Amino acid sequence: MPALLDKRLIVVAGKGGVGKTTVAVALGLAAARAGKRTIVAEVAQQERVSRVFRREGLGYSEAELTDNLYGMSVNPERALKEYLGQQVGGALGNLLFNNRVFEYFAAAAPGVRELATIGKVWELAQPERRSPGNRYDLVIMDAPASGHGLGLLRSPRTFGDIARVGPIRRRADLIHEFLTDSRRTGVVAVALPQEMPVNETIEFRGKLRDEMGMHTHAVVVNSVLPERFSADDAERIEAVNGGHGAPEVAAALRAALSEHRRARGQRAQLRRLKKEVPDAVTLPYLFEPELGLGEYERLSAELERKL
Amino acid sequence: MSVSELLEHKRICICAGAGGVGKTTTSAAIAMGMAARGMKVAVLTIDPAKRLANSLGLPELGNEERMVDPERFAEAGIEMRGELWAMMLDAKRTWDEVIERHASDEKTRDAVLGNRIYQELSNAVAGSTEYMAMEKLYELHHEGRYDLLVLDTPPTRNALDFLDAPERLSRFVDSRSLQFFLKPGRLGLKVFGRGSGILFSVLKRVTGVDLLRDLSDFFQSFGDMASGIGERAERVGELLGTRESTFLLVTSPQRDAIDESVFFRRRLRESRLPFGGAVVNRMNEGADGADVEDDLTALLGDKLGRKVARNYEDSRRLAEHDVAQVARLARELRGEPLITVPLLDDDVHDVAGLAAINEHLFAADAVTAV
Repeated sequence: MPALLDKRLIVVAGKGGVGKTTVAVALGLAAARAGKRTIVAEVAQQERVSRVFRREGLGYSEAELTDNLYGMSVNPERALKEYLGQQVGGALGNLLFNNRVFEYFAAAAPGVRELATIGKVWELAQPERRSPGNRYDLVIMDAPASGHGLGLLRSPRTFGDIARVGPIRRRADLIHEFLTDSRRTGVVAVALPQEMPVNETIEFRGKLRDEMGMHTHAVVVNSVLPERFSADDAERIEAVNGGHGAPEVAAALRAALSEHRRARGQRAQLRRLKKEVPDAVTLPYLFEPELGLGEYERLSAELERKL
Repeated sequence: MSVSELLEHKRICICAGAGGVGKTTTSAAIAMGMAARGMKVAVLTIDPAKRLANSLGLPELGNEERMVDPERFAEAGIEMRGELWAMMLDAKRTWDEVIERHASDEKTRDAVLGNRIYQELSNAVAGSTEYMAMEKLYELHHEGRYDLLVLDTPPTRNALDFLDAPERLSRFVDSRSLQFFLKPGRLGLKVFGRGSGILFSVLKRVTGVDLLRDLSDFFQSFGDMASGIGERAERVGELLGTRESTFLLVTSPQRDAIDESVFFRRRLRESRLPFGGAVVNRMNEGADGADVEDDLTALLGDKLGRKVARNYEDSRRLAEHDVAQVARLARELRGEPLITVPLLDDDVHDVAGLAAINEHLFAADAVTAV
């Protein structure tokens, strides 16, 4: 864990619905506890991080969510506008931004939105930011789902190749260098113990390595069911299952058998993942329909212990 | 009522929803269920993760439809009366086909296909993949080889992005705006007003001259196709609104997914797009009722009995939450069809798994009265 938290940027990636935000927040809490001024940057514009801290509507502003932990939702348009303002001066930047020509430029120039987004995340991670009051030790990016996430990481190079020369090219090169420097940027892939998410995690790691030369520092498997019932338990339940007692009793027996079966299926998938990623770590399923801050703290402590 | 009645007289079924709710699986299950009932069905996905291919037992999917081997269904004990076809959309390939179709001559075609900007375009223009999915849908619909087309919409960060795709493409190819890049001098000034001249030089300063020149080149060759592509985009957009099409909203009972579904339903209503119903996957099950710990300990002994009781308590609590979330969606649906699929014991990733889902989607009483 210390090695991971010593990076300047941690990218939390994975397919849709696997709990990237959960892991990003848990890591953020752990880093903040370790005394690092940390910001979790959301880029999918869903404001899930701020919701955890009951601070919805944060938007494009850096706000402290709890001790040492900040949050922000990076909107590509705003990021682009900010960047232009810095490049050509605020008034002219605004003029440019509000012109339809620019809308077309932004739509047509491949990856410009992605570049603006990752550029903002990169800017957050710089030790010498424009306003000294807002310097962070660590930035955690809650990345968009696998395919889009990879596209986001790839965008500086894509754009750099297209622009060839000029200020955007120079900046794109800097960002690419930063992302692919494993001392400064770490990647955490999030998975679920199910067939498809396991496949996608393995595939994502390979693509990240082959296309970007990037190393995945950790794989976190979310929502792993505890082994509540042993094979022995299941047999005993099976023996009394059916035709017994009140409907509730039957439902409870069925629920226990389902639980056993699901947990067993998950373990098989986990074994498959561990063949490829022996040091994958797991987070438990908490049997809570919605996670509150207490649950995030719990998962955070778990990650601290395991990573 | 079941999915098969919801899709009666429909030629196009668009499965939309947030990522991670089981959209690909639901699309495949619906397509398989309709095919089993005697229709010739094609399911289209753009998901490159081979999820659909895996679940249908195909080694891979390409930009052409492939028929799923009937043997697969026989093995899983499914009576297949129709045909099931599947394809994975290759957005880049589909773009190329669009260019080939609209280019006035070979020279223009090659100029566009060879342009560096174009080569990155398919994964760059926001909504371009979504649009290409619709373009393919339109093409297949026109060829008329299938009774039903099921589209698994792209995993966008927001399901709404999908609906905006044709509009965004139309705007993108709007020839008036292209003029700026074609003749950045006086004409640009006239169309975009004063200040455009300065803007162009500012843009040049930021991006470097090469990028602007490449963009200009690209639009120059793209320009004569723009109106053709724009018109087509409009027709593709219209296809979604016809009575032959229907949107199915796929979701899970998680709060975020339900929130997004509510927005999506409103948006369809605003856009006057046809809505078939909602499918809520992975519902936790458990009815409320008496405390059963005593019965369970009597049956299984103290230790195991208590464990089973505690586990059941958890199931009930989760189920209660899910029911409340679905009720929130139901209020938005105002009596429109809603189907819930329980959390299954086994992970669904093959034909047998799809059949297990279909026991719920195609049950005679699948549609809950709400």
